[in-house]
Amino acid sequence: MTSVAHAKPAAHGDAHHGPTSFWQKYIFSTDHKIIGIQFLFVSLFFLLVGGLLAMQIRWQLGFPGKPMPGGGILPESMVSGGVILPEYYIQLVTMHGTFMVFFAIMPLLVGVYANFLIPLKIGAHDMAFPRINMWSFWLALLAGMIMLSGFFVPDGAPRAGWTMYAPLSARPDLSGATISQKLWSISIVVLGLSSVMGSVNYITTIINHRAPGMHWFRMPLSIWALFITAILAVLALPVLQGAAIMLLFDQTLGTHFFDPVAGGQALLWQHLFWFFGHPEVYILILPAMGMVSDIIANGSRKPIFGYHSMVFAIIGIAFLGWIVWGHHMFMSGMNPTLGSTFMVSTLLIAVPSAVKVFNWLGTMWRGNIRFHVPMLNAIGFVSMFTIGGLSGIFMAATPVDIPLHDTQFIVAHIHYVLFGGSLFALFAAMTYWYPKMFGRMMSERLGKAHFWLTILFYNLTFFPMHIIGMGGQMRRIYDPTTYDFLKPQQPLNEFISYAAFALFAVQFLFAFNFLWSLKFGKKAPMNPWEDNGMEWSLPNPAGHGNWERTPNVYRGPYEFSSPEAGDKDYLPQYVKLPTDRDPVPAPLPAGH
Amino acid sequence: MTHATQTLDQMRPPTLAEPGSGVYSNKLGMWIFLASDVMFFTALIGSYIILRFGMTDAWAQPGAVLNVPLTGFNTFLLICSSVSMVKAYAAIADGKKYFLRKVPGKRLQDGGLKFWLLVTIICGAGFVGVQLIEYFKLVHEGFTPAGYREGSLLAEHAAANGLKYGAGVAGMYGSTFFTMTGFHGFHVTCGVISMLYLYFTKVLPEKYSASDYRGIEVIGLYWHFVDLVWIILFTIVYLI
Repeated sequence: MTSVAHAKPAAHGDAHHGPTSFWQKYIFSTDHKIIGIQFLFVSLFFLLVGGLLAMQIRWQLGFPGKPMPGGGILPESMVSGGVILPEYYIQLVTMHGTFMVFFAIMPLLVGVYANFLIPLKIGAHDMAFPRINMWSFWLALLAGMIMLSGFFVPDGAPRAGWTMYAPLSARPDLSGATISQKLWSISIVVLGLSSVMGSVNYITTIINHRAPGMHWFRMPLSIWALFITAILAVLALPVLQGAAIMLLFDQTLGTHFFDPVAGGQALLWQHLFWFFGHPEVYILILPAMGMVSDIIANGSRKPIFGYHSMVFAIIGIAFLGWIVWGHHMFMSGMNPTLGSTFMVSTLLIAVPSAVKVFNWLGTMWRGNIRFHVPMLNAIGFVSMFTIGGLSGIFMAATPVDIPLHDTQFIVAHIHYVLFGGSLFALFAAMTYWYPKMFGRMMSERLGKAHFWLTILFYNLTFFPMHIIGMGGQMRRIYDPTTYDFLKPQQPLNEFISYAAFALFAVQFLFAFNFLWSLKFGKKAPMNPWEDNGMEWSLPNPAGHGNWERTPNVYRGPYEFSSPEAGDKDYLPQYVKLPTDRDPVPAPLPAGH
Repeated sequence: MTHATQTLDQMRPPTLAEPGSGVYSNKLGMWIFLASDVMFFTALIGSYIILRFGMTDAWAQPGAVLNVPLTGFNTFLLICSSVSMVKAYAAIADGKKYFLRKVPGKRLQDGGLKFWLLVTIICGAGFVGVQLIEYFKLVHEGFTPAGYREGSLLAEHAAANGLKYGAGVAGMYGSTFFTMTGFHGFHVTCGVISMLYLYFTKVLPEKYSASDYRGIEVIGLYWHFVDLVWIILFTIVYLI
């Protein structure tokens, strides 16, 4: 019934103009798939670093004043007799946030999946600018190394919190971290450069390099989300860069941008940081939403419910994301009238977010659901994101935010959207596209065990944080037992710590599954999930340049259970039915 | 079967051509990068506006510290380089690659890409040179990113005539002035280096033609953007 329109790739793959030497192929590669995999390993490393820092935070909060197991290997400037020192504790929370946001979740979503998926899903041979793409990876790695080196300089890592509020961050003499505080600024400037280079590439590629027939509204939602995310990144990162440069000059050249003593404004840093920071929040969640949409449609064997409204919801969230930054600053001394404006715009975001959640539910409704590991993690994403979204409404309302501000409630919220949201989506995506990346399947059994244990311990870890937050425990407090009113909560703190240790331990199931399957996983067929995307028309793993001839696209990406598909319940975008006409290739643009 | 097929076929959207933007990727990418660069300068300029109008003390008067005529000349130089950039672009779009060519009946000679791009590079490098001279003079007089250096000429002036020299805002004045103009100068320097690279790898070996002049058009976009930013900076930093 169905027939593949273009020539079947040769058995040896289609590496028709691929480089041959090891260095060119795997290290200084310009192939978007290899760059995506490079990003994957680097950001998983930083995810591990961030996780290790989190474990130390949990030790201190659960068992303040007790020597940390293994703490003996740390130098005297960090621990005293195995007990975490306050100045090391603030480095832990600062660097945990920095690594997780900038070097783990963001590159995992954008660096890995924008690079890997965009050309594959739109039927392009590579990115528009492959060499810039390579530089974008190496700059990101350089930025990560600069950030990591903060732990090894004489004064220790930065200690002004991941948001680097001035003047503490602007005056190294106040924070005590004279060197690493500057390294933080430099690293962020380099990372911003890397992000802008990557995003210019993604946007150009999506606009100009779609295969014939891949119209805007035939693009998978993952590509829509990555497209909008790239626009956010291209406009938001330079603002952070500008702010980080001013911060660096404050730290090195003696300028006074953020130092109120000489006429600078400490609040200006907060405005600049959050003007970047709130679009950044959506940079960290939109690609997750897009990939989850693809996976849920696949797992439900139904077209995504409300494809167009999904696209417009992404655009709506991205637009509103620019006018809500003040909700991070309700308690900063900003004009309270302005606070009401930001409250309204923030609450408005609930509308497109709810549209997305209901559409996912509508997609699953009466679907023929396949509970494979990516689908389980995607459902985990939807449920955890919903909780995180609902707790966000608490903080968006100014009167409620006054007592909740700067408590563990905020910590619970951010982890429900970043861990419960983005990271579950990433577990889904990593499992889902693993066969296309490495040509093998990850173990289904281990994957399911990992999912159920993770979602259990994850909720045991982060849900009680809402409660101790409402009980008044501050988010960056060193020792909760200092205050009498927090002492009754200490058993709950201990419980959270045990759950967090279990959560961390369970992640080794995933790590083992990931590494073991590289070599011993079951060989993957071309289209293991029976999906419609263009990437599944390629062999595993696809060669440099992807397709030998530019493929044609005949329909949208969600044709599941279509009556036209015949005996199968899916109809890929690249399959030409007898009724399909070939799209006409476009003429070359003018000017060259 | 055939009837049903035909109906189905008519219901499908018409098969359109490949839906690219019609603009080649290098140019599109440059436009997107410029949008990003706008945000970068917006962060710097926006901060300047907020900081300047957040001060309780008066800002230094125009021309008190900065040498406006010198920078005015520099602005003229940069605008000239934008004009010569357009001439370079127009020349290669017409296929003219040469340095200079005599035109019968005219006193002025006709320049091609090689001539006009060289003029652009010289004007751009001249701008950076003048800016460096300006910086050296300012620092020598005591104007630094941290404010007026103690014991310097400017610090004495400010002590004598606080209103004119903005004695209370010196720190902010130095911070914003050097950051904004410095990053603009950095952009000009990057542009000059890129043009030099194109000059030796593409222009002199005559790689461009009337049908392919992408590099010139793309660097031209960047160059005009940098010029535009300078006109804004010159106005808000030097003139008001």
